[in-house]
Formats: sequence, structure tokens, C-alpha cells
Amino acid sequence: MFKTVWRRARSPLRQLGNGSSSCSSSPWTSGGPGLRFFAGVLPDGLDRSSEEFARNSQAMDGLLSRLHSSIHQVLAGGGPGAVKRNRSRNKLLPRERIDSLIDPGSSFLELSQLAGHDLYEDPLPSAGIVTGIGPVHGQLCMFMANDPTVKGGTYFPITVKKHLRAQEIAAQCKLPCIYLVDSGGAFLPKQAEVFPDRENFGRIFYNQATMSSEGIPQIALVLGSCTAGGAYIPAMADESVMVKGNGTIFLAGPPLVKAATGEEVSAEDLGGAAVHCKLSGVSDYFAQDELHALALGRNIIKNFHTAGKRTTVSVAREMNAEFKEPLYDISELRSIAPTDLKQSFDIRSVIARIVDGSEFDEFKKLYGTTLVTGFARIFGQPVGILGNNGILFNESALKGAHFIELCSQRNIPLVFLQNITGFMVGSKSEANGIAKSGAKMVMAVSCAKVPKVTIIVGGSFGAGNYAMCGRAYSPNFMFLWPNARISVMGGAQAAGVLTQIEKANKKKQGVEWGKEEEAAFKAKVVEAYEREGNCYYSTARLWDDGIIDPADTRKVIGLCISAARNRPEEACKFGVFRM
Amino acid sequence: MHRHLAYPLLLILRRRVTPPLRRTLSSHSSSGEGPSSSPSLPIVDKVLIANRGEIACRIIRTSRRLGIRSVAVYSDADAASLHVKSADEAVHIGPPPARLSYLDASRIVDAALRTGAQAIHPGYGFLSESADFAKLCEDNGLVFIGPPASAIRDMGDKSASKRIMGAAGVPLVPGYHGEEQDVEFMKLEAEKIGYPVLIKPTHGGGGKGMRIVENANQFVESFLGAQREAAASFGVDKILLEKYITRPRHIEVQIFGDKHGNVLYLYERDCSVQRRHQKIIEEAPAPNISSEFRTLLGMAAVSAAKAVNYHNAGTVEFIVDTTTGNFYFMEMNTRLQVEHPVTEMIIGQDLVEWQFRVANGESLPICQSDVPLLGHAFEARIYAENVVKGFLPATGVLHHYRPVSASSSVRVETGVEQGDSVSMHYDPMIAKLVVWGESRNAALVKLKDSLLKFQVAGLPTNIEFLNKLANHQAFEGGHVETHFIEKFQDDLFVDPNDQALAKRAYDEAKYSAVLVAACICKEEQYARREGSNGLPSIWYSDPPFRVNHCAKRTVELEWDNDLYSGVSKNLTLSVSYLPQGEYLIEIVVDKDSMQQHNNVKVTRFGDHEFRVEIDGVSMPTNLCIYEKESVKHIHMWHGSSHHHFKQKLGVELPDADDIQQKPRLDMSSHQPGVVVAPMAGMVIKVVAEEGARVEEGQPVLVLEAMKMEHVVKAPLAGTVQGLQVVAGQQIQDSSVLFTIKD
Repeated sequence: MFKTVWRRARSPLRQLGNGSSSCSSSPWTSGGPGLRFFAGVLPDGLDRSSEEFARNSQAMDGLLSRLHSSIHQVLAGGGPGAVKRNRSRNKLLPRERIDSLIDPGSSFLELSQLAGHDLYEDPLPSAGIVTGIGPVHGQLCMFMANDPTVKGGTYFPITVKKHLRAQEIAAQCKLPCIYLVDSGGAFLPKQAEVFPDRENFGRIFYNQATMSSEGIPQIALVLGSCTAGGAYIPAMADESVMVKGNGTIFLAGPPLVKAATGEEVSAEDLGGAAVHCKLSGVSDYFAQDELHALALGRNIIKNFHTAGKRTTVSVAREMNAEFKEPLYDISELRSIAPTDLKQSFDIRSVIARIVDGSEFDEFKKLYGTTLVTGFARIFGQPVGILGNNGILFNESALKGAHFIELCSQRNIPLVFLQNITGFMVGSKSEANGIAKSGAKMVMAVSCAKVPKVTIIVGGSFGAGNYAMCGRAYSPNFMFLWPNARISVMGGAQAAGVLTQIEKANKKKQGVEWGKEEEAAFKAKVVEAYEREGNCYYSTARLWDDGIIDPADTRKVIGLCISAARNRPEEACKFGVFRM
Repeated sequence: MHRHLAYPLLLILRRRVTPPLRRTLSSHSSSGEGPSSSPSLPIVDKVLIANRGEIACRIIRTSRRLGIRSVAVYSDADAASLHVKSADEAVHIGPPPARLSYLDASRIVDAALRTGAQAIHPGYGFLSESADFAKLCEDNGLVFIGPPASAIRDMGDKSASKRIMGAAGVPLVPGYHGEEQDVEFMKLEAEKIGYPVLIKPTHGGGGKGMRIVENANQFVESFLGAQREAAASFGVDKILLEKYITRPRHIEVQIFGDKHGNVLYLYERDCSVQRRHQKIIEEAPAPNISSEFRTLLGMAAVSAAKAVNYHNAGTVEFIVDTTTGNFYFMEMNTRLQVEHPVTEMIIGQDLVEWQFRVANGESLPICQSDVPLLGHAFEARIYAENVVKGFLPATGVLHHYRPVSASSSVRVETGVEQGDSVSMHYDPMIAKLVVWGESRNAALVKLKDSLLKFQVAGLPTNIEFLNKLANHQAFEGGHVETHFIEKFQDDLFVDPNDQALAKRAYDEAKYSAVLVAACICKEEQYARREGSNGLPSIWYSDPPFRVNHCAKRTVELEWDNDLYSGVSKNLTLSVSYLPQGEYLIEIVVDKDSMQQHNNVKVTRFGDHEFRVEIDGVSMPTNLCIYEKESVKHIHMWHGSSHHHFKQKLGVELPDADDIQQKPRLDMSSHQPGVVVAPMAGMVIKVVAEEGARVEEGQPVLVLEAMKMEHVVKAPLAGTVQGLQVVAGQQIQDSSVLFTIKD
């Protein structure tokens, strides 16, 4: 009875409480989330019901399915037979090896998966070597893992190039290098392209030496054979591990030894783990099996204690541990790039799907509008973004140079979103000094020492490629969308130019060119440009670091920036700007 | 309304029942029967609890509620245990062995006097049934919370107790309890009783010296054997004879008396289900008995107690012959029993509180007709023991201890916490699970559910076995008897040769392994993100990022199949991280086939607590991971299953490589067994003599060089030969020191 009375007495109070609380969330009060005004939030920018949207999506789906089937092929390594043989020796595949080295369940930024694609007579999946960046005990490392199922892990010219590129990134970003060695050395039939030149096989060891001298740890895990030149990888390493039974290191294998000296000796007795860990001292850690070796590798990395060396404090200060996802669906990045490169699109719709909270504070928004510049964060990391919204005019180039200087001074990493047909041509433009303006931007790009990441989201033609930090400008990382095209100019333009020159030559020789002949000539040029401008042609030759799904752009840039920030801030000094 | 009354929750009952009881109490005392002191003020305001584990915690809980300060005692082994932490004060009383601590009466009395406690509660076991201890307390002016020393003494001797009971008219098992011990005379007595006959030493217990004799031919031999054994074990070879009851039930009556001659019976408990002569599941009231029988039992128990002027809590044990329906007095336990909570649950009273009040001289709070009988209660004793190895007690660390959550009808009496050890010094009981329901069926449902949710890992327990018991048809029907486990052993223990069962168990384990793999992946992701070493969390995103493909990993688990055929199986699982944070998990079934589970969804909502959706059904899943002897143990509870998996940690260990540990000289040009100096130095000690037999790795001599000592060991087993160096001698690098020959 008492209870009822008490409850009744209380209930009006409670109602009152409810009433007031509902008041605070009413739409009329200020500060409601719906009405809060955010400066710099980009609009959606996409019309999902448009025919264009559907067409773009469909085209990208086709490109992606081709990409995925190509990736599927290279992930299978050297084919079922070779993989089975590898397993029977208790060896893992290179990606599996890396997976067991990096922190369980962590991300891995693989580089140039399609290097070597359609490059030689035989397929050379991933150029026979898997490279990429992943964390071990929270320390980012560069991995270089030979694939013994691909041509015995031997080095083709492109293999060397991929290995050197990984070392280059490691040197730039100060990433410890982990070599998972299982290779028969140089591919002898192509020795002329592998052995003698500056950027050839020998450069690997040169890089090991110079990186080691800079205090970048060099670790080799000898999980298979390590013959001839390959023997220097563990020998040059700071620390190395060898697996009993599988790992061998020797300058000359048993057959060559027999031929040279007549000595008959087994591979294990000649250069097995026991020999090198106990007698020669070529290797430092003896592993019972491959998993043991990988575990030892993790331990070695755990003991680096490089934390004190890095400027982690300043990095942490700039970083926001908490960040917002973009407001718009990231997968819609697959529906932005038009099928026809001549058609333009607003790069802001891409930026809106890459940056934290779709927040982009645009710099010089009203000036030089064909280049979009501004500040944003990606996974909490501050970035300066430059994106093309058409050809580069005088103003756009000046604006770009200005923005790069700005970011450079503040140590803000730069992200270039390339979709550029080039600089404006014509008499007015030349008279305005477009070459001078372009040169300023190229100067700024070249000398800026902040981390730089380039993503080609459309075309990359002519000097636009340079000003927007193309391969020659050493961005720390450079990735392509599947629709990307790279060439000095468009196929049609090139055909036009070449036809005019050819016509003039013929005319000098007094030869008249038939319409059909001219068309055939043009078609041939267009066809060559079509083939060579294709992203697969580029990625096969390592003109970039890989092709990515547009929907992964945010993640990839985030990982790249994070890896590139592994190094301390570098002082930046620009050259002479032509004024 | 009726429902409400039937609710056993102590709190509710206290509110509803206790006030009238209190009135009874004060009317009793005002009638002048009670002691002169005011009963509303407790005399005892500080009590020492001469026990450990769950019972100590149980007593502390009530004393805290009553405002009585508690003093715990502890041995070295219990310094950090729960009963010490729970008490207001704690006194160290000695080393781990019980006879030097918990059984050391003088130290305990001393501890009480030092801390100013006025009373000692002995709990059960240890000194609880020691008349001498009760006397010692009295002599030191301490209140012994228990029966009078005389009653303890009377009931302690089996023959004496039976004599007293017989005189009091309590039914006794037909038998012979006389002084005459002549074998031929005894044989005649046995014939009078009628076979089968039980031969039993008058002293001692635990089944020692007991013999069952089926017929007259076996009598003499068995009798003499029992006599010898009794003499050896107890120093007294006196034997008694009893009728052996083939299908007995163990039913005991809780009685309670005050110091004013009032004795109540608080109904009975059935404790028939036993292993190794120890109870494991008890219930109250006893199933399948009539209320008339209940009253008869109760009255007999009261008579028994009155015959020895009993007060405080006691239990009168009866053996019930299920074939005839007769019951006989067995013995009386003069203490609060382990299984007292089941009685508390059905009468809604706190018996420890009653103990305090009676010890204070108060009268019993209620009369017999007021004792309620509400619903049904079970108690399951959770032991650290190895069921398949004959219920052998187990020891170890409770790496994971998560009892079912307590409620108004589920009680968990425990004295341990996660991380504690179950040591060899004391009883390996981990906890008592007590459940109550409005009917036996309702209580049984709750018992089964609670057993499933009772999580212990780190040492073997009987939880699964208890669960099997509770699920047995005969148990469900209440057809309990003391030989229950033997009788149904085929159902309760798994036949290792049963292929169908083994396959089912294996299938369940595989399913479990899938869940484990999913949970491990999720937990790791979480742990990494928490401590990512300053690296942006993007490197530990969920799912982990891969360029243009899904991350994949292999999880190897060894299924620890100790409950079934005892054969462990290795399971290999492949986990693919799908884009939305789900997993595709494949498990290798045999050489060429894989079993695939798409879209396994894991939600983590606490430390090792998950909800896993698999094949469209989601269930809470608990994981426990700990490392022991370089093996990672993973326990998983999911629905009605609990599985145990192991993972080798070998890979992260310092290598146990023989090749590196063997002396270098193995690779040298010397014969095997020839030991050379590993460096130049001085011999500082010769450990083994010339011709001595040594094992591989045994030190032979010690060298010193560069201020460092270096032990030279035998490279193989054999005899030391050619050992010529002496201490103080300088030796050269690579000089031969000695040879080991087989």
C-alpha cells in the first residue's frame, strides 16, 4: 500500500524530468548536430541517379574484375606443381612468410604486385619477389621475399628493379629491411641485363651497406638457397637467421665445387645452417624449422629499440588518434572516373571520399581553379592535397608551387591526385610564361622533402605528370587507379603530330601520302600509345608501385603517409625559382 | 501471492518471516527460560573462524551482516586467499600442512585470545568435531560455536553412539556392537543378522577395513582381514557387524537445538550420489518420499539429538533401504555440514546466523510447525579432480574462474578467485553451486543451466561429469541411491571405443575450433589496436588491409580430448578476413576436403567475451587463454559446450637446439668423447674423478679464463678417462683434457 502511494507521488516528478530532457534534444535548440555548421565539409558531388554514374560504375567494374583476375593469378605463385613442391619441403609461400612475421592481424602494404606482367615469354608472377611494408611489434618494416616457386626465385631484370625499388623506399622512409631469402641468384640467360649496370644486382648489396651505415637495420632470414651473388644478402645483413635443412649459403653450389676442385660435398655440409652458425659465422641464429626462423626474425625486430631514435613525440603531437570516416560512401570512388578521359570530373568528389570527415579546407579556392589545393587529414594524419580539375594554367601552376612551399615549410605530407592532360598551350599561354610557371611548380615538387604520395586517378600526360609529382619526381609512393593512363601526350594528339611530321618528310621526298596510308599510320601510333599508356604496361615495368581499387585509395594513402613519416623531418632547400 | 511466499530468497524471507520469528524469540526469552543477558544485544561481537576456503567466507559473510567482526586464520599457503581478504582481521597460524596450522588447536585459541575474539566458529572439517578443541575453547573462556563437547564425544565413537541411539529408540541397522570379538561368536551373530553382512571397525572411517560378506563361507577370512587392517590403521581392532543394505539411500536430517532443550528438524537432504565415499550432488528435500516418512525421519533425528543433549547445528544420517522402506541411524555429524545451503534454501533461513544466536544463549526463533518447506534445492560440489582417472584430486592454478552469476535462486559458495591455486595441502573443492526452484524439476533445470555456465580452466574439474549426472534420466526421476555412479557408469563415463560418440565429439570440437579461431582473430585485432606502439591504428584495421585481396591466416589448434578417447587431434583452420569484418573459416576435415563456414561474425563486448554468429545463429562465447609450460591453452564456452585447445608456443622460445648446446669439439677432428680445452685458462676445480661414471652434460671440471668460469661438461654418458689435470693447473687452448668412454 505504501509502495503505491510512494510511486504515485514520484511519478509526476519523473514525467517532469522526461519532459525537460526531451526539450534539450528538440530540433529548436541551438547546437543540435543537424544544424551545426562545419567549415570545409565537402559536398557529396555525385548524382547517383545519372546515366553517367551508372556507366562509370559499370566500366570500373569491368576494369576491377580484370585487375582481380590478374591478382588472383599472381597470388598463386609459380603454379600448383611448384607450390606443392615448396610445401613438401615444409616451406611457406612468400606472402605466408610475411603474414607470420608481421603482427597477427595487421595490415600489409604490398608493392607492385603486377610487376613483370606480360613482360617476358613466360609469366613471372609478381616478378618473383614479394615486397611491401608491415608492422612487427609495432615497428614498420620493409619486406623483400623471394618466391622460390617462380623460376626458383631467380632474379630477372624486373626482379632486380623491384628489389631495388623496395630498398629505395626503405632508405627514404628509414624502414628496417627484412630479406626473406630463397633464391637461386641471377637468372643466368639474362645476365647482361641483370649483372653489370649501376641499377643491377650488385646495387642490392650496395644499398644494404649504405642503409646499414645509416642505422637502418638489415635482417636476412635464409629460408632456402642463397647461392652465388645471393649469398651476399645474409652476409651483408646486420643479423641473419638460417633454417636447418632448407637454408644454404655458398658462393658456389656442390656441382660447381665438384667441377672446380673435385670436392664432393652435400649442400648442407657445404653451406647449411650448422656450418654457418657454428663454423663460418656467416649466420647468427640457428632455426630448427621455418616457423622457428620467422619467430626468431620477430624477436630480432623486437630488440631493435629504435624508438628512441625516432621523433615519435612530434609525430604523435600532430596526429589525431581519433578520426572520422568520410561522410560519403568510399566505394563510390569506383563510380567517379569517366570512361572517356576527355570528360572531366570534380576532383573534390574524390577528396570528399578520402579525407577524414570529408573535411577539406581549401587554399586559394577562387584562384587558379583548375588545380584544387587544401588541407585535410587522412586517418588523423595531416596532409596537403593537390588535385587536378582541368589543365594547368599559369595561375594554377603558381598556386601549386605556393601550396607545396607552404606544406614543405610546415612538414605536411603532400598527396597528389593526378588527372592531368598537361599545361595550357598556345601563344597567349606561352607569352604569359607558362613554361616559367610550370618550372616553378616542378622546382617546388622536386625540392620538397616532405612525404609525397601520388595517385593517378585518370590521365597523366606531358609535363603535367612532372608538376604533379610523377615517377621521375620520386614520390615516396605512387599508385594507379585501373583506369589510369600515362604517356607524354594522348594517342590521338601524338598521331596528329607524327602524321604532320611524316607528311612533311614525305613531301620533301616528293612522295604523296594516300588517305588510307595516313589512316593506317595514325592507327598504328594510336594503337601503340593505347598499349603503352595502359596502367598494366606501366605497372609491369615498375613505373609505379601498383594498381589499386579506387575504393582502397583512402587506406592506401593512409598507410603510405604513415610509412613515409617513419623518418625524422628533413630540412628543405629550394633551388632558384625563375621569377 | 502464493508464488511470492514460496520464494526462497533469503532477503525476502528475512523481511517476511524473520519479524514474526524475532517476536517468538523475545517471547521465549521474556518467559524467563533464557540467560539473564538481553538477547537483542549479541554477546559475541567478534568471532574467529578456525577454517579456510568457502566455509570461512560463508561464515564471514553472515557475521558481517550481523555486525560481528571476523578474524580469519591462515597458513602460509593461504596468505593471499579470499577468506583472509574478506575478514576484518587475519592471523597467521603456521606452515601449509594442516596439522601445523588449521589443526593446531593451541595456536588457534591463542589467535582468538590475541585478537580479542569471544567465540570460535570451527566451520566443517579440521577441528569442528574435536571434543578436545571444544573443551579447550571453553577452558579459555571462548564460546565454541557448535555442540557441547560431551555430545561431540558421544557421537564420535560409532559403537557408543549406536548404543545411545538404541536406548533412545532410534532405529538401528540390525547388527552386533558388543565387546565379545571371538570370530566364531561373531559368525553366529552374522547369521542372526542375515547375509549380506557388513564388517566394520568401530573406530576410523573412510571405508578403511570395511568388508561386505555375501555368505557364511567368506566370513572368517574377511573378519580377520578387517581386524588386521583396523589394528594397523587405527590401533584398535574392535569390529562391529551390520546388515548390509544392497540398495541404500543416504538421507540425512538437519537438526538444530538451542541451549534450552529445544530441538527442531529442518527436513532432510538426500546425499546419495557419491564418488569415493564423498558426496557430490545433494538435494533437499529428498525426492520420492512421503511427508509421513519425512516426519518419521525428522522425529527420529530429534530423538537422537535430545539423547545427547545436543545444541547448535547437527546432522543425523540415516541409511534408507529402498527395497523395504526401512531407515536406520548411521551416525550424527556434530557440525555445520558442507551441504547446509540446500536446507537454507528450502527453509529460507541463515543457519550460520542461528548458530551465532544459539551460541549466545538465545532460544530457537521458531517452533517445529513454523518451519517452512519451500520448493527444492540442489547443491553440486565443484572439485578440482580428474574424473577419468578415478576422480583423483587435482592441483593447479585457476587461470580462469568465472562462476555462474548469482541470483535469488542461484548461490555460489566459493573461497577462491581467478588466479588462485588449488594446492595439495587441502580439500580440492573449488566451489559449491546451490540452486533453488519451486519444484524439483524447476531446480534441476536451473542446476543444469548453471553447470553449463560455470567456467573453470587451468585444472581438470568435475563440472562436465556433474552435468552428465544432472542430465541422467534416473537422476531426473529422483531414483538416487548410493551406488548411483557405479550403477550407471556406462552412461556417465564415455566408452573410448564408441566410434559414433567419438565422431560426434570430434565434430563438435571442429565447430568449436571455428569459433575459437574467429574469436582469437577478433581479440588480437583488439589487443593490437590498444597497444599499437604509437603506430597509427590503420596498420591494425579490422579487417587487416591487403592490396587487392583478402588477408588470410592459418590457425593451428590441438584439441585436448581428455574427456573422450584421450587422444588429442590437430586441427588446421584457415581464416579469411572478409571486407565487412566477418570471417570465412575453413577447417581441414581430412586430406582433401574442407568444411567451410561463411560469414562468421564476431562481436567483442568485453575481455574475452564475444557473441559469435555462425551459419545464421548467434550465441555468446567466452574464451580463456593462458600459458602453461610453453603451451598456450585456450578454453571456449559456447552454448552447452566447453572445449579445450592447445597451441604450441615453441616458436617464440629460445631454441632448445642440441647442436648449439653441445660442446664445440664435436665438430673438431677428435674422436667423439675426447674433450679438449675450449680456451686457454686455469683449472680451478675438478668435479669428477678419473674413472667416474658421468651422464651426458654432467660437469667434469671448471676452467677460469678472462675472469670467467667455464664449466667443461661430459659430451656423452660414460666413464671419465685420461683425466690428468689438477686444480690450479694452467692449460693450453685445445689441449686434451679427458676422454669419455662408454
